[in-house]
Amino acid sequence: MTIKRKPKLAIWKFASCDGCQLSLLDCEDELLAITNRVDIAYFLEATSTVRKGPYDISLVEGSITTQHDVKRIQKIRQNSKLLVTIGACATAGGIQALRNFKNVNDFISLVYAKPQYIETLDKSTPIANHVPVDYELRGCPINKRQLLEVLSAFLHGRKPNTPSYSVCIECKRRFNVCVMVSCGIPCLGPVTHAGCNAICPSYHRGCYGCYGPMETPNTTSLSSQFSQLGLDKDNIVRTFRTFNAYAEPFRKESEAYEK
Amino acid sequence: MTAPSLKIRETAILESTHFQKLLDGLIKRGYQVVGPTLGEDAIVYDELKSVTDLPIGYTDEQEGGKYRIKKQNDKAFFNHTVGPHSWKKFLFPSELRMWKAKRNGNTFRFLTDNEKIKKFAFIGVRSCDIHAIFIQDKVFTGGKFADPHYKLRREGIFILAVNCGKAGGTCFCASMNAGPKVSSGFDLALTEILKNDRHYFIVEIGTELGAGILHEIPYKIANDEEKYAADIVVKKTAEQICKSMDTANIKDLLYKNYEHPRWDDAAKRCLTCANCTMVCPTCFCTTVEDVTDLTGEHAERWRKWDSCFTMDFSYIHGGSIRSSAKSRYRQWMTHKLATWIDQFGTSGCVGCGRCITWCPVAIDITEEVSAIRESEQTTEKKTTEGLEEQRS
Ligand code: SF4
Ligand code: SF4
Ligand code: SF4
Ligand code: SF4
Repeated sequence: MTIKRKPKLAIWKFASCDGCQLSLLDCEDELLAITNRVDIAYFLEATSTVRKGPYDISLVEGSITTQHDVKRIQKIRQNSKLLVTIGACATAGGIQALRNFKNVNDFISLVYAKPQYIETLDKSTPIANHVPVDYELRGCPINKRQLLEVLSAFLHGRKPNTPSYSVCIECKRRFNVCVMVSCGIPCLGPVTHAGCNAICPSYHRGCYGCYGPMETPNTTSLSSQFSQLGLDKDNIVRTFRTFNAYAEPFRKESEAYEK
Repeated sequence: MTAPSLKIRETAILESTHFQKLLDGLIKRGYQVVGPTLGEDAIVYDELKSVTDLPIGYTDEQEGGKYRIKKQNDKAFFNHTVGPHSWKKFLFPSELRMWKAKRNGNTFRFLTDNEKIKKFAFIGVRSCDIHAIFIQDKVFTGGKFADPHYKLRREGIFILAVNCGKAGGTCFCASMNAGPKVSSGFDLALTEILKNDRHYFIVEIGTELGAGILHEIPYKIANDEEKYAADIVVKKTAEQICKSMDTANIKDLLYKNYEHPRWDDAAKRCLTCANCTMVCPTCFCTTVEDVTDLTGEHAERWRKWDSCFTMDFSYIHGGSIRSSAKSRYRQWMTHKLATWIDQFGTSGCVGCGRCITWCPVAIDITEEVSAIRESEQTTEKKTTEGLEEQRS
């Protein structure tokens, strides 16, 4: 695929912390190469100059939490040839999806002085629940190396290398010593999607699962191992309830231990 | 030096105080010396510059899904068993760039990396791992198409073997005829002895090269009593091995039992995380990733360790052949123990126990085999019982 004119890139934000967009700005060494190859047409985090669609590629950060968001993402979809969600919020609902496990009105009345001004959906949901998504980039935040890989793959018409196997594979390729086996530290690596290059185990911590579920996650088996390592029910619930709490395999596992 | 010259299969005595000279001899010859060293929470394989890099006085304790290092009150160099790394780390890199290319107008040009590898000297190789190296030799260089990357690293390595002075909790090399005594494939083989404040090694000569290196440092010829002491060490270790696998007709056993309910049971526990294949010293599967940069001027091909536990591994147009955990676990185990025999003429398992220790949920290949074998026997027994009942 050769695109003669520079493809137009847009970066959109929904309910999120902006961390994933920052990963793009963090590509300091590559930013010039990016702007040489793509026309950044919409990126409020970086410039207030806004150019109209349609866009060749839209990177979408954040989850859907309001009725207004629902309408906005539909418009973006209509205006984008390729829609790529970036990060845990956009692909799984994010940390803010913790509210999905409780009644949102209870939070609103506790948090806001004038709850009547708050208009929100009862759940924080991923983009794919509302519009078709062409590609998902995982992570909280995404990894800049993976973002560049997806952009390069798009520019040159090839398949991006973003494998969906476990973090353990990356961990072992780096010759890390498994923290779960050698220290008894609970690690979500075996059920978590690769992509970070096993950064947490490389710093002697268990994986927090920020890339969400891997292709075939056996959360039931892993959490019974966590029990054997001494994690009680509450802690197992908490382990699965972080950035990807609402991704189905993690959600089901935490719910199974909440009962 | 006036020591008599050494012949292959002869045994000599090397005092531990001279061990550094052995390392120096290898370094002087230009080897990159690698062996066991204390990593974070495990004994790993890495560069050795000095004898003090060895995990002196440390041992390990292993069981399914559990590994712990432990400090002991001695000065032993090799009183541990195999850890999370295997020698394939050096011979078969986990990530390797195969080539890079540069765009040249409408064509492209390959830029060859002239791979320069310093020859490895492996220190402290156990019997199971020597067997594993020979198995990978068959895989990578035995057929019509030899893997040049493997060959380059493998040719001319120096193997300083060690007879295991203790068996790990997950070892079952004896069942696989792969240990604990080092029988061949080494340049020098040591047995470590700590006795009455004396710390020395009984050294068996495996090659001329080994003899030459030993000849440069102080040693003496072992007497019968000392040779006997070495035999006792491996004998004791063999007695310590508590795991076993009955390999009688194992190929038929597994081929006959593709639909055995035990596979479903294993699949319930298996995380499909691939740790077992990553730590296995014989597993050889790789995937290939092609990358381009943003400009499209450069492309590279990378080869990375892969595993039959991933979905992509069996992906052909439209989907993965082995989509269930059951079919993937079954593929792994039957390859190690059965189809490997058809493919390469040996078992793919040397009984090192790594897959048992490093499986986060402690799935044990020996237990899976015996579960299948036991219920198989029950079926057979039932049939005979049934026949007898009919007869009576
Ligand atoms: S430390 Fe975690 S990610 Fe690494 S191998 Fe162990 S379980 Fe897997
Ligand atoms: S299958 Fe397990 S015991 Fe056998 S060689 Fe591989 S890691 Fe070692
Ligand atoms: S067991 Fe799996 S990863 Fe290992 S060599 Fe066989 S197919 Fe490859
Ligand atoms: S057997 Fe254990 S190490 Fe292997 S894939 Fe299954 S859970 Fe992971």
